[in-house]
This record gives sequence, structure tokens and C-alpha cells, in this order.
Amino acid sequence: MEGTITNFIYLICISLFIIGLKKLSHPDSARSGNLLAAAGMIGALLVTLITPLPDGDNNYGVIAGGILIGTVIGLVAAKRIKMTAMPEMVSLFNGLGGACAMLLAIVEFYNHPEGESLFSGQVATTFFALFIGSISFTGSLVAYGKLDGFLRDSLVPPAPKVVNVLLLIVIISLCVYTMTLPGLSFTYVLIVLVLSLIYGITFVTPIGGGDMPVVISLLNSFTGLGAALAGLIYGNQVMLVGGVLVGASGTILTILMCQAMNRSLMNVIIGGFSAAGGGVAQSGDQVAKEATFVDTAIMLKYAQKVIVVPGYGMAVAQAQHTVHDLEKAVEDEGVSFRYAIHPVAGRMPGHMNVLLAEADVPYPKLLDLDDANKEFPSTDVVLVIGANDVVNPAAKTDTSSPIYGMPILDVELAKNVIVLKRSMSPGYAGIQNQLFFGERTRMLFGDAKSSLSKLIEELNNV
Amino acid sequence: MTMDLLVHFINDNITMIYILVFIIFLGTEVISNVPTVLHTPLMSGANAISGVVIIGAVLLIRQADANDYTILVLGFFGIMLAMINVAGGFAVTNRMLEMFRKKKK
Repeated sequence: MEGTITNFIYLICISLFIIGLKKLSHPDSARSGNLLAAAGMIGALLVTLITPLPDGDNNYGVIAGGILIGTVIGLVAAKRIKMTAMPEMVSLFNGLGGACAMLLAIVEFYNHPEGESLFSGQVATTFFALFIGSISFTGSLVAYGKLDGFLRDSLVPPAPKVVNVLLLIVIISLCVYTMTLPGLSFTYVLIVLVLSLIYGITFVTPIGGGDMPVVISLLNSFTGLGAALAGLIYGNQVMLVGGVLVGASGTILTILMCQAMNRSLMNVIIGGFSAAGGGVAQSGDQVAKEATFVDTAIMLKYAQKVIVVPGYGMAVAQAQHTVHDLEKAVEDEGVSFRYAIHPVAGRMPGHMNVLLAEADVPYPKLLDLDDANKEFPSTDVVLVIGANDVVNPAAKTDTSSPIYGMPILDVELAKNVIVLKRSMSPGYAGIQNQLFFGERTRMLFGDAKSSLSKLIEELNNV
Repeated sequence: MTMDLLVHFINDNITMIYILVFIIFLGTEVISNVPTVLHTPLMSGANAISGVVIIGAVLLIRQADANDYTILVLGFFGIMLAMINVAGGFAVTNRMLEMFRKKKK
């Protein structure tokens, strides 16, 4: 009877995980999705704690201690961490989950009944869990170190490809060999453990720091797999399903992340090797990051304050009416939407004012240079529509630049900058713009008018 | 011999294997079409769910003998580490999603 109730509650918890993940992939429901998944986890944990077991001493003191300390450390770490350091935090957390799977596998070997054959699916599963958990553990720590900056990309073992393949072969052979022995050799298990831990390091170390988010996502699906294998060992559905769910969605997410960077997963993993050797040409060139329409629309919808910086590109595309339509659509979401007009934006003074007035943009929404610059630090999204030189930070920093000394709009101080532009070509003054390569800048390529129409469309969809 | 082993394992775990296959399809289906801005929060949320491995550590300790210190110590660390993953994971995801908080209109 109790078993049935336990399984039923597990089923509810599993459903909560699935619904949670589903909701996490839409901006409107993401928060509630996260809370649902957390509720599922608490439920699963509680049921596991109170279900009567046939044997054992329960040892509730040890369990309570572990849960309490873990919760406090986890919550404090999550609260203290800076928003910019989120990926390394996730990586660190992920490594700890992997470590737990690894510990479970070790104990499983420790508990292996004497005299029982080692040549079983159970033992193979345990070896696999040991291997995956260990990789996830040390791999995540290396990823953490790389993102945090204390591990440099230049620290690469010699011939990483050869080393990794060799290690993998040795580990698999050792597992198989151990399984064919008449009795369990704990020494061999420990060797497999150590080699797997090393493999985690040599697997991640050659991959460049910039690709770490992809690696973390991959290692995350490894941890899921580790949890699933542990679920198989314990015959526990919630672990199995939760683990496989993370394993599968983590893998897809990894692939999606690669696609967003225009790379393949193989390219990220293998590409690391060549980059480590001598990717100077690549790292020397700057790469501007591209935004998608969906992302930009979501950013606009959830912003508090949006400022548009119009330039000659808007005039050429005759996009002033479309900008005004976007203004209405964004304001409908409760967002403040204004325009920053640089005195020399366009091809003549007052060019932008005339165009926007023609599109019925209310005059009080137009900010002049000084007022706009006061606003940028607290602005969530700046849309630069076809402006270039008037937002070029070189005017402030680069004494050799022809526009040095010209007052500019300090859009780089805003939280996000989206630049609508037809191509990467330089502006009227013929100089490259550092803004386009900024940490918070994304490029949205295309004709201003059609780009804005697409944005309005996406805004209505999300 | 290897064939026997495989057949045995599949027969013993056939329901689990069914679940496994379906969940793989479900897991890939559930998160397709996720916008780029949600990649990191989704990864973080999924990561917190992978902390479900804590269930194994709890079962392990509950089944252990009160005098078996090796298991108790290893299990204690298992619970603690997985719990950091779970609690920290959900909390950090929640923080990332602050920016998507609904505005009052």
C-alpha cells in the first residue's frame, strides 16, 4: 500500500519536472516553471524520506545534517553570486551533482555482495555511473575555473586528442576486465575512478573559454545521465526519469546553443584542439554577435526603459512610421519608449526631428544629447537604428580618430544595445565602431524598415 | 555469455527501458523552440533537476547500518553536494528569471 502511494507521488513529481521544463522555455511562464520543478523536487525528497524501508537504521540525523548544510551553502551561493558570474555558478553546482552520482557508484561497489558474479548489467551500469559522474565532476570544475579566469586557455596538455582516446580505451578495458574477475577488486575500481576524474579534466581543458557555456550544458546532460544510471541501479523511477529528462533536454539545448553560435557540437569540442595550437588569427579578429528577432522582441517586452537612437539609416529606409508603430507596440507592454536625438544625426541638423514629427511621434518623447546621456545607464535596451558615428566610443577614447572630441550618445552604458544595420560597413566618417563588438551589443542585420516590422510581429507573438 | 547478459538485463528492466525511450523523445520535444535569451536559465533549471540524484543518497543512508561509517560519511557528502546543486540551482535560476517578471500595466 505504502509502495503504491510512494510511486503515485513520484509520478506527480515527475510530471512537475516535465511541466516545469516546458514552462522554462517560454519567457512568460519561465519563473513558474522553475518553481514547479522545485516543488517536484521537494515532493520527491519528502516521499523518499518517509517511505518505510524493509531494513536499515534510517540514520535521519546524518540525512538532516547533509540536507541542511547543502541547502544553506546552495542558497547563500546563489544569492551572493554576481549576475555576470551565473554560468560558472551553474557549472559548479552541476559538478557537485556529478560528484554525488560518483559517490553513489563508489558505495555501490563497496556494498557489492561477496561471491556474486560481477558480470552483470548492474555492475556495468555502476561503472558507467562512476565514469559519467566523475567526468561531470572534474569537467565542471575545470569549466568553472576557465570562466572564473584562474585557469588560462593556454594550459593545455600535450596532444589532447591522443591522450583522451587512450584514456577512454584504458578506462573501458579496465571496466570490462574487472567484471570478468571472480571477485571484486576494489583497487581496480579506484583506478577507474581516478582515470575518469583525469578524463574529465583532459576532456574540457583544451576547449576554449568562450565555448564554456556549451560545455557546461553538455556536462549538465552528463549529470542527468549519471542520475538516470543511479536510478537504474536503485530501481527508482523519479531518479531515472528526472535524469533522462535532463540528459535529453540538455543534449538538445547544447545543440541549440551551438546553432546560435553558428557552430556544430563537434566543431566546439574538436575545434578546441586547433584553437589551443595556434588560433591567433581567429582570436585577433573581433566578432560581432548577432541577435535574433525573437530575442530582441523578448528583451523589449520585459524592459522597463527603451531608448531609440535614430540615424541616417532610418531616414534612408523611410522607417520613421514603422518606428512609431514599434513605439506603440512596446508601450502597450507598459515599457517607457523614447528617442535620443544627436545634434548631427542624419545628414543635417534636425533631420531626425523632422522625420519623427512627420510620423506623429510626440515631441516630449525626444531627448537631446545631455538628457539622453543621463538616461542611458538606467536604460534596459537601446535600439540603434542606422546610426553609427554618433554612437562611436572612439570619439571619447581614441585620440587618433577623426571624430575624436565630438560629443556622442553614450549608448554603451545601457544594459543591452541592439544595433539595426544593413551590414558591418563603417559609417559616414569611414571608421570602424568599437560599440559593435561590445560585451552588451548585439547586431540585428537587415533593412531598418523590414527589421522593425519583423520586430513588431515577434512582439505580438511572444 | 555476453549475449545472455544483455538479454537478461533487458528482460529484467524492460519497463525501465520503455520509460527511458519515451522520456528521451519527450525531453527533446519539450524544449525545442526555446529562444536564445532563455538558454542559460533553462540550462540552470535542468541542472537543478539533475540534482534528483540526491534521492539515491537518501535511500543509501536510510538503508545503511548505523555503525557503517564508510557509507554514512560518503552518503553524507553525497546528500550535501547534491543538495547544494538542488537548492542553489533552483535559487540561481529564479534570480536569472527576475528580468522576466510581469510588469503591472
